[in-house]
Amino acid sequence: MTTPDPAYNFAYLDEQTKRMIRRAILKAVAIPGYQVPFASREMPMPYGWGTGGVQVTAALLGPEDVLKVIDQGADDTTNAVSIRAFFKRTAGVATTERTEEATIIQTRHRIPETPLTAKQILVYQVPIPEPLRFLEPRETETRTMHALQDYGLMHVKLYEDIATHGHIATTYAYPVKVAGRYVTDPSPTPKFDNPKMNRNAALQLFGAGREQRIYAIPPHTEVVSLDFEDHPFSVQTWDRPCELCGATDSFLDEVVMDDQGRRMFVCSDSDHCARRRSARPEAAA
Amino acid sequence: MTGETQVLPLLEASGVTVLYGRQVGCSEVSLDLWPGEVLAVVGESGSGKTTLLRCLAGMLPPAQGRVDYRLRDGGVEEVYAMTEARRRALQRSDWGFVYQTPADGLRMTVSAGANVGERLMALGSRHYGEIRREALAWLERLEIDGARIDERPQAFSGGMRQRLQIARNLVTAPRLVFMDEPTGGLDVSVQARILDTLRGLVRDMGLSVVLVTHDLGVARLLADRMLVMKDGRVVEEGLTDQILEDPQHAYAQLLVSSILQA
Repeated sequence: MTTPDPAYNFAYLDEQTKRMIRRAILKAVAIPGYQVPFASREMPMPYGWGTGGVQVTAALLGPEDVLKVIDQGADDTTNAVSIRAFFKRTAGVATTERTEEATIIQTRHRIPETPLTAKQILVYQVPIPEPLRFLEPRETETRTMHALQDYGLMHVKLYEDIATHGHIATTYAYPVKVAGRYVTDPSPTPKFDNPKMNRNAALQLFGAGREQRIYAIPPHTEVVSLDFEDHPFSVQTWDRPCELCGATDSFLDEVVMDDQGRRMFVCSDSDHCARRRSARPEAAA
Repeated sequence: MTGETQVLPLLEASGVTVLYGRQVGCSEVSLDLWPGEVLAVVGESGSGKTTLLRCLAGMLPPAQGRVDYRLRDGGVEEVYAMTEARRRALQRSDWGFVYQTPADGLRMTVSAGANVGERLMALGSRHYGEIRREALAWLERLEIDGARIDERPQAFSGGMRQRLQIARNLVTAPRLVFMDEPTGGLDVSVQARILDTLRGLVRDMGLSVVLVTHDLGVARLLADRMLVMKDGRVVEEGLTDQILEDPQHAYAQLLVSSILQA
């Protein structure tokens, strides 16, 4: 642990703002899947870079917390590195790349492959929290639809997918129903991660800064991916293992290697992949 | 009344007044709609026809008066005393609403099949194959080529869009359909075919219809009974033939004489 920069309040936000965000989080936890409005603040980063997730993390952090930040599953990409550095500087908290060491994990679009525990909180950065938005542009109308559980429209989208592509072609931000009540957008995580949201031991919090919404999936809550009886929900599969660690059960990213069209498939979860490689030294070239 | 099965009205409006600020939309309208009946509301533009229709359909609360609807189980409920959830459920299962402009009643950005299937999905249907079969059957019933099921309504002609809108409303086998100038803006031959289809559907399904139109020809073809409105009030009411042959009120006489001279 380092000492925080004295120019800032602990974790950047002032205490009143953090209390306001905590109240929104408590309400969100009490009504699983419901989007709670909150007075999102201007943060020292552009919208779309995780201003919502950063505010939730700031409200949660204590001096003893250990923070992990991932961007598309990786700990070493721009968004992850800069947010980690931000909290190191403003809160002086310890940071890690190892999933099981972290108490708070802020994520952009992945759930770690390593199973989470009851002692951890997963914070999602959400661009568009409203799952019905692309079908119904009016906020007044989508709120009414949530209130009345008028969710026929969500299946219209899935129907349209099958009619156009022959299968449900939605592969990320795949809509889920939380605790049998609210249809919720799991943020743009790949649908590969949807089953991990179901009855997860960790608390899952979602922050949308620009849209000013916070929502939550409390631990051990039922999360069901929407589907049709004759077109059931399924996750992505790959016909090859990770080319670095040989994992066959993780989410793979396609990486373009050169301009000759060479490409390789590797784990998107960099911590998972690195650990598997170090456990098998004979495989490391 | 002992042992006799009594026919009771499906929809009853009593003393309905709708205000837009200080402007009167419609004033003290009372009507009964009987099962299987087509009731036409005629009158010139601005006479309050559409206002009355929207009020009857649960879309525009009246300032005074009430609208009662008889449910399938025989119980009567006041439309504006229901919870919004219940009213919406009714609107998307037991009722239909056909707008004059198909774009208002359709989802223009999803395929014809999804448009027809939306109500089924809203009612909990979760089998893609069945939804699609049902949608296909309804498209064909409305004389839309089944091969166009995956096209968006944007690719359809005005007449096809209107037929699609009708299919979308009838897929849940409603008992009551509200229609606002369903053939307005269509050319005469298309109009005639849609009216012909509608007449068949009304008879086959035993639909009750409240039909708003300024076209007495449409009313004559479809309606059993007519209301003539002027300045927000009902000035004459009666069987269609009776009003067309022997209008009593001065305005009804003017209306009939101005349109029926061929």
